[in-house]
This record gives sequence, C-alpha cells and structure tokens, in this order.
Amino acid sequence: MNPAALLAALGRPALALLAAIGRLTLFVTDTLSHLFRPPFYLRELRDALISVGYFSLPVVGLTAFFTGGALALQIYSGGARFNAEAVVPQIVAIGMVRELGPVLAGLMIAARVTSSIAAEIATMKVTEQIDALVTLSTNPMKYLTLPRVLAATIAGPILVGIADIIGIFGGYTVATGRLGFNTAAYLQNTVDFIQFTDITSSLVKGAVFGFIAAMMGCYYGMNSGRGAQGVGRATKLSVVAAAVMILAANYMLTGLFFTS
Amino acid sequence: MIKLDNVYKSFGSNHVLRGVDLEIPRGESMVVIGGSGTGKSVTLKSVLGLVTPDSGTITLDGEDVTKAERDAFLARFGMLFQGGALFDSLTIWENVAFRLLRGSLKRPKAEAREIAIEKLRRVGLKPEVADQFPSELSGGMQKRVGLARAIAAEPEIIFFDEPTTGLDPIMSGVINELIREIVVEMGATAMTITHDMTSVRAIADKVAMLHEGVIQWTGPVSEMDTCGDPYVEQFIHGRAEGPIEAVR
Repeated sequence: MNPAALLAALGRPALALLAAIGRLTLFVTDTLSHLFRPPFYLRELRDALISVGYFSLPVVGLTAFFTGGALALQIYSGGARFNAEAVVPQIVAIGMVRELGPVLAGLMIAARVTSSIAAEIATMKVTEQIDALVTLSTNPMKYLTLPRVLAATIAGPILVGIADIIGIFGGYTVATGRLGFNTAAYLQNTVDFIQFTDITSSLVKGAVFGFIAAMMGCYYGMNSGRGAQGVGRATKLSVVAAAVMILAANYMLTGLFFTS
Repeated sequence: MIKLDNVYKSFGSNHVLRGVDLEIPRGESMVVIGGSGTGKSVTLKSVLGLVTPDSGTITLDGEDVTKAERDAFLARFGMLFQGGALFDSLTIWENVAFRLLRGSLKRPKAEAREIAIEKLRRVGLKPEVADQFPSELSGGMQKRVGLARAIAAEPEIIFFDEPTTGLDPIMSGVINELIREIVVEMGATAMTITHDMTSVRAIADKVAMLHEGVIQWTGPVSEMDTCGDPYVEQFIHGRAEGPIEAVR
C-alpha cells in the first residue's frame, strides 16, 4: 500500500469521527440552549418523567435486587478463601452504591429509554411528524428533545438511588436468609461503612447517565435514515452509543471522585 | 404572493431543483404536477423553510422567507401532509387544536377544543372522533383530520402535499371537494402538489408542470389540455412515449 492511500485510509475514519463529535456537540448545545428560553412544555416534561422514571422502576429494581443477591454470594464464597466472609455487608454496600447501582441502572435506562426515544423520534421523522411540528410553529428540539433529556437527567439519580437501596436489600436478603448473617448487624455494618461521597458519586453518575441515555436516543432519532431500516438502525446505534458512553463516563467519574 | 426565483437545491450529486421560477398570486390555487422524484415536495418544503435552497430566492409578499421571523411567518401557513403526519400520542382534537394549545396563538383549553370540534365537523367528521387516537381512524379519516388541523388556525396560505395519495377514488373525490370548498370559503392562497389529474382538475386555478428541476409549463387549468406542451400532454394523458423518459 502506498503512503498516500495509507494516510487516506487512516484519515477518513478520523475525519468521520471528528465530524460526528462536532454534530453531537452542536446537537447538545442546541438542546441546552432551549433550557431557559420560553415556551416551556411542562406537560411533555411530566409525560417524559413518568415514562422514563416511573416505568423504568420495575426493570431497574429487579436488576439491582438480583445483582445485590449474586454479589453477596460471590463475596461470601470468595471471602471464604481467606477467612473474610464477614465483609459481605460492607462490600455489597460499597459495590452497589459506588459502581453497580449507577452502572446497571444506567444501562437499563439505555436499554429501555434510549431505544424507545430513538424509535419514537425516528418514526416521527419518517412519517413527517417532525416537519409537521415545524409547520405548526413548534421547535422539535424544544418540544421533543429537551423534555426527554431533562426528565432522564432528573429521573436518573432517583432511579440510581432506588437501585442502590434495592441492591443492598438483595444482598441483605441473601446474606441473612441463606448465609446466616445477623439482620441487625448486617444493616449496622452497611450504614456504618457507606460514606457521603459514595452516595454523592452515585447520584451524580445517575444524572450524567440519564442525560447521556436520553440525549443519544434523541440524537439518533432526529438523524435517522428513511423507512423501517432507518428507524431500526437509529435505535440500534443509539443504544450502543449510550451504553459505551455510560461506561466511559463511569470510568471518568469514578476517577474524579475516588482517586484524587 | 409567493414567488420562487431561480431556486436550486441538490442533495449530494442529486440535483433536484435546477432553477425553479414560480409565482402564486394571493387567493389563487396553484397545483404543481410532475412525476415522482421531480422535486415537487422539495419545492414546497423550500417555501416553508423545511429545506434550505442552495441558491435563489423565495419571497412571501416581497419578504425573503429565510429572513422572516419564523413564528409569525409559519403562523400564516397551514399544511396537509401526504400521510397526515398526525401526532400518535395526542388525541384527534389535540392534534387539530395543536397550534391553539401552545405558542403565540394559544387559547383556553375549552375554547381550543370547541374550535377543533367545529373544524372536524367542517371536514365531515363527527364530534365523537375528537377523543380517539389517530391509529383508531382509517386513512381517509386521518386525511380529514390533517385537513382540519391545517385550517384550525385560519391560515392565509394552505399547502397540500399529495392530498389523495393512498385513498380510494370516492374518498379522493370527497377530499378534493373539501379542499376546493375550504380554499374558496377561506379565500386562502393554496399550493398543492400531486400527480393525480382528478385532483388537479378539481382543485386548481393554475397548474405548473415541474420536470427535471424546472417549471416546464405554467398556466390556467382551463388551458392545460390544449397547451401543446409535449411534457404536459404526456403527463396528463399518462403516455409511456414522449419527452419524459419512463423507466420500464
């Protein structure tokens, strides 16, 4: 391969990546620019809060409960190798609050909310509903994107907080029901071990992950291609992008909170 | 008056509009005809600002549409979309009254609902459909709802994008008649794009034939059959042979 062709092969994807980052940055800026400019669509915000927050509760709760339970079993059997079975409450608590609660809730929001937002907005685009909004003097970014992003950013920390509690409860159920831990001692160890920073980091992660999840759904929905294939592709890409960005953001936030 | 002057628009290597010149005087019903993919929808969307032309100017009453204040500009328009483009998540009356429930034309909810029901009645729908959702209605009924939404705020200018596509001949006739009646009774300026010749004859005062990105012919509908333009003749008679290449 000649050097020019090699450079071109490297340059094309690099340029495409930069263009995509630029488009996404403009999209985010455009969305946030509507935050303090009327009109405000409060009914859409309320509907989005119910859809993103309330209806995500079962899937987030179940995921957290089973993960908390599995975590208790793993720590118990792993800890038994060096006589450290007693650390189950502390590790379940720190594991759920610092990492598993936010990440699992974030990924569940990405699976449930990002996909549904992307599919809904992409379908609206394909069926000219977005154009119809414009002709009816309504800015689609203000009417569709902002309420969803705002709702997910508000619902994210609440869902993560609930995931943390249910996850710890999952661990507690398994530890006290199957592994013979004392109920009062388990709860006391959990409460004693969790610090304020753990909770703050958990809730901040929830807000950031909710923001990413809704933003990706809106971005790919608004930029979807034509027809059923376009809607399918937008939905798939939105979930993949949201999941990867949530995991990357989790690494950065963990670094920010716990390695200074 | 709406005036398009030397409007060009390309999507990548696809040169859709190649210098469109068109004038639609106030209160006139202009129908733009042409085959699929000739740029009819792009022309209409360019006027509304849904598509930005690469060059050329579009003016409304002498004012460049790209420089007009968007809300005030769009408040003068109503549009019936090809597939209706009704909002799935809203009830029929909320769709019709969409503009009256928010923005500069906002009214109290009860008043907006009353207007929506009156407009539904105007397009031949009973008040009972008001609380249904778009997915519960047939294609023809959805078109009527789309029409009711287009006229709900009493616009000066109404655009119709393929108003009879996908409808049976009788329902097409009903929609054509409704469009004609409403345009006349409101005194609105209308621009319709279609390739349904029955619609053209029912709706148009004037006709413009768009082919290969330019207006090939324009004139009163009464002169359409005798204009002698080979493109128009081939199109209105649906002939495979002629200057318009047909893909077999």
